[in-house]
Amino acid sequence: MSHNPEPQPYAALRAQAIESLLVEKGLISTDAVDALVDLYERDIGPLRGARVVARAWADPDFKTRLLADANAACAELNPSIEGLRTRLVVLENTPTVHNMVVCTLCSCYPWAVLGLPPSWYKSAPYRSRAVLEPRAVLAEFGVELAPGVEVRVWDSSSETRYMVLPQRPAGTEGLGEDELAALVTRDSMIGVAQVASPTAAQAA
Amino acid sequence: MNGVHDMGGMHGFGPIQPRDNEESFHADWERRVPGLTTAAARAAHVNLDQFRYAIERMPPAQYLSASYYERHLFSTELNLIEKGVLTHDEIEQRMESLRRDPSAQPRRDEPAVATQVIESRLASELPPPVDSTRARFKPGDAVIVRNVHPSGHTRMPRYVRGKRGTIDRMYGVEPLPDANARGQGPAPEPLYSVRFDADVLWGGSADGRGSVNVDLWESYREQPREDPA
Repeated sequence: MSHNPEPQPYAALRAQAIESLLVEKGLISTDAVDALVDLYERDIGPLRGARVVARAWADPDFKTRLLADANAACAELNPSIEGLRTRLVVLENTPTVHNMVVCTLCSCYPWAVLGLPPSWYKSAPYRSRAVLEPRAVLAEFGVELAPGVEVRVWDSSSETRYMVLPQRPAGTEGLGEDELAALVTRDSMIGVAQVASPTAAQAA
Repeated sequence: MNGVHDMGGMHGFGPIQPRDNEESFHADWERRVPGLTTAAARAAHVNLDQFRYAIERMPPAQYLSASYYERHLFSTELNLIEKGVLTHDEIEQRMESLRRDPSAQPRRDEPAVATQVIESRLASELPPPVDSTRARFKPGDAVIVRNVHPSGHTRMPRYVRGKRGTIDRMYGVEPLPDANARGQGPAPEPLYSVRFDADVLWGGSADGRGSVNVDLWESYREQPREDPA
């Protein structure tokens, strides 16, 4: 028995048992499970959302269309956003309004534009506190808002998905869309960060 | 149901610590869960609301200590058992045999199905245009959320029940999760995003100027109240 590998944790073994039974019964196939793992991990990430933000910053008409009907606007992009199958709503941050997204009941997240959610988004502290004390939550992410700024929290309780259009930082006037997209972070599209200006980012 | 999953406004879970909680998966086995869950739901005809309702039925202490993908695994298993696809004993026995021989995991490939799974996952679909003809309310209308406590699945968080909000946006007609989770058809209803002032939700505990928008189906609301003046 000395050749046995480390015993599997209980949940891992249980997952393996369920998968093997379903495979054996011919109900699922192994490569379909493999393919989804690869898709989630390799191909879908926040760069998709960042491209949408960069286009909106660069093209005011696109921004107007995006805020009115995000699904249609995302379909215009080349390449368009794949896998957008439910209603997407894009919320614009301004000097007076700050939007922030949560799902208090489970962990709904705009997968098609931001990829896999980080653990903290799915955690009890974020889910419980984002609606009750958004400013305290933002402070933990290093965002300090002036008292006059209105904080709008969006609790994703339906199949509508929300993404934040962050404010365009100063010092980005001459940048092209690719350079703009490179500045946009996942957290800024969840609404727990602001996009730093490129000079500030270099200094940091 | 008034479960521990309904976390909005609860205290005691501590700081968020985003820098220590960046990863999407906590262990290698979790990477297979999204694919396993998706494939099992297809095979056993489990809809999204049935999937969520099974997560909500996880015993509360277990729910709080479980990772996100442990909850998904629990839900997948519960639905497979309830639909008669697998039995509890069958899973226990298979765990025992895998414990003895970890290489006893069968493999079956169907490339055409795998391609189809990915293609359907990447397919985009424009939501239907908002149909307001069935909607009783319009943006700007004041509404009060019903003060009810259904024991089944619902997407009406506790923290908005009995509270007054304003219709902010309309999202057309969508399946009612409460009905869909029972597997008795989607019973579609008008869906709205309703804005609640932070003061209305949290009174003196609100932490500044702001609001919370919650997506709510039409039957989650009382009749609009007449102007109190």
